[in-house]
Amino acid sequence: MLVKRISSIQFHVMNPAMFRKMSALEIKTPDTYDKDGYPMEGGLMDPHLGIINPGLRCKTCGQKMKQCPGHFGSLELIRPVLHSEFSKRVEQLMHATCKECSRAALPDDKLEYYRKMLTLQNGEMIGKKITAKARKIKKCPHCKAEKGIVMLDKPTNFFYNKERIYPTQIREWMEKIPDNDLELFGYKQDTIRPEWFVLTVMPIPPVTIRPSITLESGIKSEDDLTHKLVDIIRINLRLKDNIDAGAPQLIIEDLWDLLQYHVTTYFDNNTAGVPPAKHRSGRALRTLVQRLKGKKGRFRHNLTGKRVNFAARSTITPDPYLLLSEVGIPQEIANELTVPEMVTEWNKKEIQNLVKNTNNFVYLIRPNETRKKIDEANKQEAIDEIDVGFKVERKLMDGDVVLFNRQPSLHRLSMLAHKARIMPGRTFRMNPVVCKPYNADFDGDEMNLHIPQTEEGKTEALELMFARNQVISPRYGAPIIVLAEDGITGLFALTTNLMEFTRENAMAYFYEIGLKEIPKPDRGKKYSGKLIFSQLLPKDLNLEYKTFTCNILRKTGICNECTKDKCKYDAYLKIVDGKLVAGVIDKESLGEGTGKLVDALARHYPSEVIENFYAGASKIVSDLLTKKGMTVGLDEYEVSEHIEKEKEKIFKETIAKADVFVQKYKKGNLECIPGKNLDESFEIYMMQAASEGKSTLEKEIMKEKLGPVLEGSLKLNSIAMILSGGRGGSINLMNISGFWGQVAVRSGRPKRGFTSRLIPLNYRGDVGLFAGGFVKSNFIKGMDAVEYFYHSMGGRQGEVDTGVSTKVSGYLYRRLANSLKDLLVNNDNTVRTASKNIVQYNYGEDGVFPQKTVKGKTLDIDMEFVRMNTEKKK
Amino acid sequence: MVQLISETIENFLVPKHALLSRSDIGELLKKTGFGIEQLPQILSSDPAIKNLKAEKDDIIKIVRISPTAGKAVYYRRVV
Repeated sequence: MLVKRISSIQFHVMNPAMFRKMSALEIKTPDTYDKDGYPMEGGLMDPHLGIINPGLRCKTCGQKMKQCPGHFGSLELIRPVLHSEFSKRVEQLMHATCKECSRAALPDDKLEYYRKMLTLQNGEMIGKKITAKARKIKKCPHCKAEKGIVMLDKPTNFFYNKERIYPTQIREWMEKIPDNDLELFGYKQDTIRPEWFVLTVMPIPPVTIRPSITLESGIKSEDDLTHKLVDIIRINLRLKDNIDAGAPQLIIEDLWDLLQYHVTTYFDNNTAGVPPAKHRSGRALRTLVQRLKGKKGRFRHNLTGKRVNFAARSTITPDPYLLLSEVGIPQEIANELTVPEMVTEWNKKEIQNLVKNTNNFVYLIRPNETRKKIDEANKQEAIDEIDVGFKVERKLMDGDVVLFNRQPSLHRLSMLAHKARIMPGRTFRMNPVVCKPYNADFDGDEMNLHIPQTEEGKTEALELMFARNQVISPRYGAPIIVLAEDGITGLFALTTNLMEFTRENAMAYFYEIGLKEIPKPDRGKKYSGKLIFSQLLPKDLNLEYKTFTCNILRKTGICNECTKDKCKYDAYLKIVDGKLVAGVIDKESLGEGTGKLVDALARHYPSEVIENFYAGASKIVSDLLTKKGMTVGLDEYEVSEHIEKEKEKIFKETIAKADVFVQKYKKGNLECIPGKNLDESFEIYMMQAASEGKSTLEKEIMKEKLGPVLEGSLKLNSIAMILSGGRGGSINLMNISGFWGQVAVRSGRPKRGFTSRLIPLNYRGDVGLFAGGFVKSNFIKGMDAVEYFYHSMGGRQGEVDTGVSTKVSGYLYRRLANSLKDLLVNNDNTVRTASKNIVQYNYGEDGVFPQKTVKGKTLDIDMEFVRMNTEKKK
Repeated sequence: MVQLISETIENFLVPKHALLSRSDIGELLKKTGFGIEQLPQILSSDPAIKNLKAEKDDIIKIVRISPTAGKAVYYRRVV
């Protein structure tokens, strides 16, 4: 293909001489078709303007429908009319120039000054300045004539000294403006003349852009544009007849205005101040501007937003029995979607067999691109015809490469390649582990599916976007396709020391993960959960680190010294040769961005390993949680006398502290915080006073709740969720069993509401703790009316923030993505624009692909030491 | 004003700008295969290179402190 570079594009107003020159036909009659249904000669459907029925030949270029691009005609207007889109420019020129001599109405020295300014500023800006000055001038400095007042009655009616001025006069005025003066208003010499804003001849668009439709009943229906053009031509003709017959001026002016109306609505049927032209049925006509503008216009609807073939959309539902790189596709959808398959000497037999034995093949495509439909009747015929170089088109089958996508597509991982699995049902099925990159859930989310049609497309999809190769995020070099919530809690439950399985139960799991060698039971006749989990790991894996549980224990102050793998809380993880010998599997092993185990599996092994790990884990966890059950009970949130006492103590202290501040504030001897005034300082002090003590109680509650778990009685409840990092934290526990504390609106105490109080249940002017949004209650006990209102104030802000921030960040991201979308990393590591201009000399300045890094670092020093040490030991 | 500009380019946050010699330019373009019109541009009146007396189609070598690579080399064509 010949590639050429466009050096420049210029838009300007078209010369009426040009309209006449490019016209294939002058339109004379408003009729479209004659009695017999043939197009009228010199009418709007004349075959000189292009052809819309196949088979006929164009009378201008002699080509058939597909080749003929259509040709413009022209219409001579009996009386000129204004082009409404330009009336603002005409108005400006009328304000700035003199009616008598048509010069710009400023003294010569001033004009000379602005002419010099032209090199510095663009003409439009200068034109505005000149117009503003010239409007104030009463007398033309060039011809000394009195300068009248111009008024525009939008969109097209002009008045000069309150007297109507008609397009003929306007045109004469505009014609006289010298090119020299026009330059000052930004009009380039020889390209645009202002008299062209007044139309004397109209271009008639080719029929190809306004085809007539023949309805089933045989009645011809014309395009909206044709209707409008008929109106224009009819009025034009009537105006001519009246003028020729010497009709009174009044009637002629009426018809002239009518012509103006039709021309105005022909361009834009939504012009302000003009009633939109209606179809016979009462529907407003879709004229030129409407065709292009807005969401349903040519640009956004047909050019930027094209629809594609080979795609499907449906609701998604979870299926833990699928691999993470598979997607379940309903049979109904698979029957509609097709893939072409090349016949080669290597697969010819196989394809012939498949055609014979299945009904999956739809078309046979010969090397000359002719198609033949394969059905029961001509199956044998087709099989015999198939040869090397042919293509067959078949329905989607298991193992085909598909692209799966969920909007909004905010990052690379919003569209991944999966392998198809055709199944019954009407929804797309996916392993819940790929929810994270898509940001999907199953509350009714729908997703799109696209089928690559060429070998290049399939290969590219597999190389660049195959789901199991994307476990490590290409944005920050840490796991992003990870088990979440139930997955983490489930594996945590499985790997605690309490978990034991009978031989029967263990065998069921071993079968699910497809184990060939059955290990010996490690707890008498029973299997420990750790042993079962170990079967998911590769045999040469060695890892050692502190778990998330350890982190919680340290934070709550339960455990202060580390005994490594002898940890009595089982919070130190050790994997030796693919065997989990100590520690529990939790967020630190599996979580997004942190998961050390997942990171190791995805980074150092072929991608099947991580896929199989997730496959096994999904199956075991879903079975385990179904059988054992995860539940929440009110008794989990009951607290002891000790906590209640502690709470009272904290309240007393807080109230005392707040009182001191209130007293000081009222007396005015409160010490101000640097850079803040008295009121602001007081608010900050009150916030601090209210939040102190909250964390102590939080710790106490955690300690109390974790106690029984650490002594060896883990229940599958919200405490297990908190401990494993699956969901929730000590804050949620605090809100339920402790107290809510200070409500914050815009990171301060709520202050808007009624006159000098938040709600009418407080005293006016009360600035104290409980009048300022402090909530003493918790969710178990419930809040009183005042607290409930305070809490709603905070809740409202949260709700508004999520709404606003998604909107703002979405738009911000869109603009960023649009400006970066054609940047490409080339083979020499330079980042270049679409026209190969250099943006970066080395991608990211270091030439490193973040997906291959360890959390952004090209080398993980700590892990290297661990690796070296283990190698030394061997 | 002149003094202000010279102070500006001595600031540690302004990366080092240096003028490439004719032979260096030839070598660079030969080694990398860049077309000279593909390089990013810099005005000859840019404060950072005002004192270098650069002419049109000279190449300025800029060494920047980079958060990812330590030091990063960048080239600009003078216009």
